[in-house]
Amino acid sequence: METTFTGLQQQQKIDFDKMVTALTVVSRRKNKILEYWILFLVFCVGVGVYFYIKQLQTGLGITGMRDIVSWGLYISTFVLFIAISLIGSLTLAILKLLNQHWATPITRLGEIVAVGSLIGALLIIVVDMGRPERLWHIFVYGRLQSPIVWDIIVVNTYLIISLLLYYLPLIPDLHILHRRNLMGRGFKAKIIKFLTFGWQGTEEQNITLHKALHALMIIVIPVALSIHTVTAWLFANTLRPGWDSTNFGPYFVSGAFVAGAALMIILIYGARKVFLLHDYLRPLHFDRLGKLLVLLMLVYLYFNINEYLVPAYKMREHEKHLLDSLFTGEFAYLFWFSQFGGLILPTFLLIFKPLRKPLPLTIISFIVLVAAMIKRYLIVIPTLTHPFLPIQNYPEYYKHYSPTLPEVSITVGCMAVVLLVITILMKIFPVVPLYETAKEKGIPQSIINRTQP
Amino acid sequence: MSTEICKLMSLNQDKTNRRAFFVKLGLAGIGSVLVSKWMDKTSWAPNMGSTAKHLIIARDAYINRIKNSLDPEINVKARQGLPGKKFVLVVDLSRCRNARKCMEACAATHQLRPDQFHLNVLEMRDDEHTAPYYLPKHCQHCDNPPCVKVCPVEATYKRTDGIVLIDNERCIGCRYCIAACPYSARSFNWFDPKDAELYKDVPYNVERNVPQKKGTVTKCTFSADCLRNGELPYCVRACPNGVYYFGNLYEDSVTNGTTGETVKLSKLLEDNGAFQLLAELGTKPSVYYLPPRRNN
Repeated sequence: METTFTGLQQQQKIDFDKMVTALTVVSRRKNKILEYWILFLVFCVGVGVYFYIKQLQTGLGITGMRDIVSWGLYISTFVLFIAISLIGSLTLAILKLLNQHWATPITRLGEIVAVGSLIGALLIIVVDMGRPERLWHIFVYGRLQSPIVWDIIVVNTYLIISLLLYYLPLIPDLHILHRRNLMGRGFKAKIIKFLTFGWQGTEEQNITLHKALHALMIIVIPVALSIHTVTAWLFANTLRPGWDSTNFGPYFVSGAFVAGAALMIILIYGARKVFLLHDYLRPLHFDRLGKLLVLLMLVYLYFNINEYLVPAYKMREHEKHLLDSLFTGEFAYLFWFSQFGGLILPTFLLIFKPLRKPLPLTIISFIVLVAAMIKRYLIVIPTLTHPFLPIQNYPEYYKHYSPTLPEVSITVGCMAVVLLVITILMKIFPVVPLYETAKEKGIPQSIINRTQP
Repeated sequence: MSTEICKLMSLNQDKTNRRAFFVKLGLAGIGSVLVSKWMDKTSWAPNMGSTAKHLIIARDAYINRIKNSLDPEINVKARQGLPGKKFVLVVDLSRCRNARKCMEACAATHQLRPDQFHLNVLEMRDDEHTAPYYLPKHCQHCDNPPCVKVCPVEATYKRTDGIVLIDNERCIGCRYCIAACPYSARSFNWFDPKDAELYKDVPYNVERNVPQKKGTVTKCTFSADCLRNGELPYCVRACPNGVYYFGNLYEDSVTNGTTGETVKLSKLLEDNGAFQLLAELGTKPSVYYLPPRRNN
């Protein structure tokens, strides 16, 4: 079999072997940084679980929420997770449908982010429930009129599509791993073999896979848009100042892209450093994602102007109290940080090419992500602290909201779960798609299918 | 190249590594519990004090009375409204002196903690140049209720007689209704309810919304349990100042809870320039207010 290879094929064979080694090395070799990172995350989850048990015993009163501010950190983090999940399937499906081949190495990471953050969203919404043991009521007594039920339907649909978009392109990669015995020989190898579903890389299978992926990539766009639009409607379908806005759907969707893109950039930087993928996740990716982030932030800025300037012009009585607290009152620092530090300044900085290099872009993305978290907090809490009628006869602290230690710990625990899912999915299987990258490099199926290096 | 791969594939080494790693994972888990315990020096449960002792004797009698008198089908029947009724409450703001007897009666009936309100008397000031006045604020039992729309499990519902109730055995505690209510009329059981021990064996009655349950939402019921028995609501009867009129819109008559005087509803509203709270939101409340200062 080896004798029939020509010079070119010999070169391709070596290239492919190198590629397989480079892309699978992290899942096989002991990696100190990764190990400590996972231990740290497990520790955070442990602290979160401890306080969640405490919350189950004491009641939601263990948090800073009360009758006036009845949604707090949990719901704002839920909105953040939903936001982040958008990036994976949407931007990358769009980039792929537009034949942007430079994006191939980051497509799988996008799906991983989507799956991880959706799991986090489902987790934290259960954490926020006063009666988590009655979750089944939604399936038995569910009312289609409630936006919560819409949200549950679209989030789960999106999760299934995201899992498929993660799994289907993984099948040929699993086949490669299996053929090369890179997953050992025991029980694990059997599972991998099962998961390849008889993939051999034949012409017919390739066409089927391509068709399936193409269809999913088209379906995922409206589904992804609807998950964040419906999440926006959870708020917009009420009469409250600050939420009662027809702008909320697109405002949330555009903000979601910003948060997701920022997290993607940070993860790509991490994968590049820790997983030693410098050859695959190149400065080119940072440069282009930086440009993409500028575009996304400009769109988000436009919706922010709509969202705040129009009510601010009218200054209707109830809106006025809310806007005053945001512009000059108790939330002013957070508000102006999220607008200037997290949106306007980064947009300006990323116009310059040197700042789209990996390290500066990652630092800027981190600030953008922190601002995105703050922004979600500012969407949920100030509206609740400014009800239509005066807050009277309650203890003084009801008028403000500050998350308690258990509440913060549980939220951090949920974030750690998201990062843990992302880290594990990044580690166990190649984070850069093996098969697609090989195909794009023109390596023939015969070489991809070889058993031993 | 291939030697490197061979090295990578040395499975034995892989296994010991993995074992060591799982030991570390376990340590991280134990560490997290220890650190949590250290962080968690405060008790997060509220200091409720014990109001229980003097109630214990009354409890058994109360439970027996409830058990004997309560219709076992009540929580099914409570989903339907009383036939031929559409309840309205009229609050005469010019008579309210902030006596708060209504609030006391309400809190005692519905097992509410001091920071929970089904009924809250607010000191209102429409403008800095106008005089303040007191406004008892109930659930408005809206005909276009924002809270009922958003409930994902039909725990909170609107009856044909206009009353909006909540079923504590259905509620999942998502608190969407609290977020949706423009009147801040709803309350949540953030902790175990007041005197939870005392009410432990009391059968649940949706129309009274007692016993309260931790992790669920509670709200004004318009005293639906009284209405079923042909009585006026607790708050209406408790008022010493004649603030409240309660009655049936279909009969166009309301009765004052203090004086017992029955008047024509439409005339009362028209003569006194009645208004509704936040009427501009279009929630269509069942509660009407008579202005705080009038010439007649």
